[in-house]
Amino acid sequence: MNCRLMKGNEAAVYGALMGGCTHFFGYPITPASEIAQAAAYYFTASGRTFLQAESEISVINMLYGAASAGARVMTASSGPGIALMGEGLSYLAGARLPAVVIDMQRAGPGLGNIWPEQSDYNMVVKGGGHGNYANITLTPASAQEMFDFTKKAFQIADTYRMTVCILSDAYIGQMMEPVEISGPVLHGQRKEWAVYGDKASRKNLISSIYMSAPLLRKHNEDLQQTYLQVAQDITDYEEISVADAEFVFVAYGIVARICHSVVQALRQQGIKAGLLRPKTVFPFPTAALGAIADRNIPLGVVELSNGQMANDVDLAVKGRVPVFRYLTMGGETPTVRELLTAVKCDLAESKKGGPHG
Amino acid sequence: MAELIQRFGKAQSFYDGYTRKGIEIETTHYCPGCGHGTIQKLIGEAIDDLGIQDRTIFLSPVGCAVFAYYYYDTGNIQCSHGRAPAVGTGVKRTVKDAVVISYQGDGDLAGIGMTEIIHAANRGEPITVFFINNAIYGMTGGQMAPTTPLGQITQTTPFGRDVARDGRPIGMVELMNALVPPVYIERCSVATSQGIIKTRKAIRKALQAQIDGIGFSFVEILSPCPTNWGMSPVKARSWMEKEMTHHFPLGLVRDTISSSTGKATSIPYPYLDDAQLVELLTGSAAVPLLKDDIPQVTHKVKIAGFGGQGVLSAGELLATCGMTEALHVSWLPSYGPEMRGGSANVSVILSDQEIGSPLVDHPEVLLAFNGPSLDLFEPKMVSGATIVVNSSIIQRQVERTDVNVYYIPATDIAKNEGLLSAANVVMVTAYLLISNALPLETLVRCIPLVLRKKSFLDTNIAIVNKTEAYVKAHPMEKQ
Amino acid sequence: MNHVRVRDDECKGCAVCVSVCPKNCLVMSGKLNVKGYDYVQFVHAEACTACGLCFLNCPEPGALTVFGNKESSRDEL
Repeated sequence: MNCRLMKGNEAAVYGALMGGCTHFFGYPITPASEIAQAAAYYFTASGRTFLQAESEISVINMLYGAASAGARVMTASSGPGIALMGEGLSYLAGARLPAVVIDMQRAGPGLGNIWPEQSDYNMVVKGGGHGNYANITLTPASAQEMFDFTKKAFQIADTYRMTVCILSDAYIGQMMEPVEISGPVLHGQRKEWAVYGDKASRKNLISSIYMSAPLLRKHNEDLQQTYLQVAQDITDYEEISVADAEFVFVAYGIVARICHSVVQALRQQGIKAGLLRPKTVFPFPTAALGAIADRNIPLGVVELSNGQMANDVDLAVKGRVPVFRYLTMGGETPTVRELLTAVKCDLAESKKGGPHG
Repeated sequence: MAELIQRFGKAQSFYDGYTRKGIEIETTHYCPGCGHGTIQKLIGEAIDDLGIQDRTIFLSPVGCAVFAYYYYDTGNIQCSHGRAPAVGTGVKRTVKDAVVISYQGDGDLAGIGMTEIIHAANRGEPITVFFINNAIYGMTGGQMAPTTPLGQITQTTPFGRDVARDGRPIGMVELMNALVPPVYIERCSVATSQGIIKTRKAIRKALQAQIDGIGFSFVEILSPCPTNWGMSPVKARSWMEKEMTHHFPLGLVRDTISSSTGKATSIPYPYLDDAQLVELLTGSAAVPLLKDDIPQVTHKVKIAGFGGQGVLSAGELLATCGMTEALHVSWLPSYGPEMRGGSANVSVILSDQEIGSPLVDHPEVLLAFNGPSLDLFEPKMVSGATIVVNSSIIQRQVERTDVNVYYIPATDIAKNEGLLSAANVVMVTAYLLISNALPLETLVRCIPLVLRKKSFLDTNIAIVNKTEAYVKAHPMEKQ
Repeated sequence: MNHVRVRDDECKGCAVCVSVCPKNCLVMSGKLNVKGYDYVQFVHAEACTACGLCFLNCPEPGALTVFGNKESSRDEL
């Protein structure tokens, strides 16, 4: 086994190249710039295409163009840049073009600061632009997963003709961990719908316009059907100590890592805690959460936002069990000790028949 | 009649019937007398005559030409408003033999898409841009465009375009001419037959430049919009001739096609095959995991100092040592609010167990390189923790009595070996020796993996040895 | 004799071809096509030089087709 110690940001570029990505278009933004920097080196040195665009708006449209021509394409940015890409993300969805977009979340709103938050959840998971569409959204929690998820994202994007977002955060991007550069190099195949500038593809059209309302309705319904299929096929999550748990955390990204430590600490104190860590948040692990709710186990969502994913958890359990919220905003992360104290307090309240009980 | 042949007729590169249009598939959607139709015919004819129908990828903009893909039997991509030059960039960098035509109106190109056109031109993207200037937003029903002449009444300038409020009409050809890379820039008009003949030639020249791989070409074409100008098609053409050409002088602005040697190509890096790609990514830095018997340890380490003391690379060295011993490791640089107070720091965890949180809020080990770092983290240490103090710089003693402390003049030891920047190696060495966390031989093996300047390798190894000697001579006093 | 074929149903009656023909070979027909446009009509075939200006000015791809003898090439424009 060959491992390299590398940052999550760097691992994403390794994963992209191993996943058959040939085109990276980027624009610098903290804390995602290292992805563009690593891409500038490795994409160029391997004879692939790296280009720094004049804006995120241009970036997403370069992706649109290269994906139209059949390439496996990607970019990486952070909240303010992803917001600018909103229009293009909608067009990609409308034109059914596959692309991979990494969002290393930073704190907002506005310029906010460069430290970690998970406040892009609604923007990324719910689409980011106008229209009835969604992005497949993967949530890595380690440098290895930055590699693995980015690598597989291109295959998923091609299969469903969708944008796959990697929703990560500044910590996962900055952290170095051993990464195993594994498996065969993957490659995209010729796409029967793409525009290659040759005779075989001459009749092809890449477009999101449907001037006929019934046709646009059909297009929208086809998209929703695809999303249902995606939910069946690729919903993914990790359960840690859930089997005998009397309380289960729900968290993704860096916060899931912190929760993992809290679970261990709680168990040392005799409280059977568990963790459900979504690896995909679109599709959302609704069924897995429902199964926990069926066992009447209270949940605790730990999130670096105002509860954006917690709302999806609420929808999944439909009020059957209490869903406690441990929310941190502004770029700080909760410590293990803080969470430990808060959870023990809430569990005691709950048992007394407190507000949620 | 038998000797007659067709001299002018519908281009082959147009579809016979415009089935994508859905209704009235034999005619375009353009209004009577619209300049778009005329210009698109000239482009269609050129595609035929240049033999590029299969290779052509036509970019439809947003505006009245949004449905250009109804008509052209070529590859088609419909773009969002103003972004066609960026889309074209993506296309051209994927399929280099394609002939990419970006067809854009004045709102699209000179308004919302100004950034994209300027930068595509300035990169010298080898695409062809046709800029249709009819001085108005047509599709949305006749609002002011960036190119609307002063005084002109539109839906959003009901009292005429006002220079004080709206500025002057933009000359895109003149803007293009301020950039070095474009190889061909011309402004034409379809107001008159003579103008059409010149436009026809310019279109062919601009496409030929792309076919020959020469570079970026830009043809602005003044075009009538009788409907939104409120004029008959014939009157619109005479008004253009009188008014528009006054604001937008016609003519060739630049033609460096013949003197160009082709687009300056960037340094060619060959496309690596799978094996070469894996070699590039794993390379010589691939680290084999050496052990099956994994040490039973968990160390939550904080390394802190000021920028330039090698704090981050000390952490990288320690994490690499752990990795080669098959431990789980994480390395998290100071990032976020904790970075206040002049202290750069890194959290390193080494563990035989999977690592949950990589954050070290309450360290078990502190390598303190300077005073502020000790001040910051001493209160946060767990009871029984180990603190290694760089006594060359930190004057004070550790105040806590529930921790183990080891004082070592790290900066002095490094300086004596002539490598001040290697105080971090002293600190890591000292820590490994007093903690027995990992063997010293592992450290020696890992230094070359982390060291940026390979010429300093010998000095670094010498510093490890000096540190070892110092620690042997000054054993740690257990609390 | 040279000839301009007008596809009545593709003509939108903009009259630009009428205004640009140097020999006045095209006129408005005064009749409405199925879409309601007063379409043009080719007259004076004896005067037509098959110069193509009507075709090049016309905004519709297929409304006009110009036929002429073999000798003159269209590239002379």
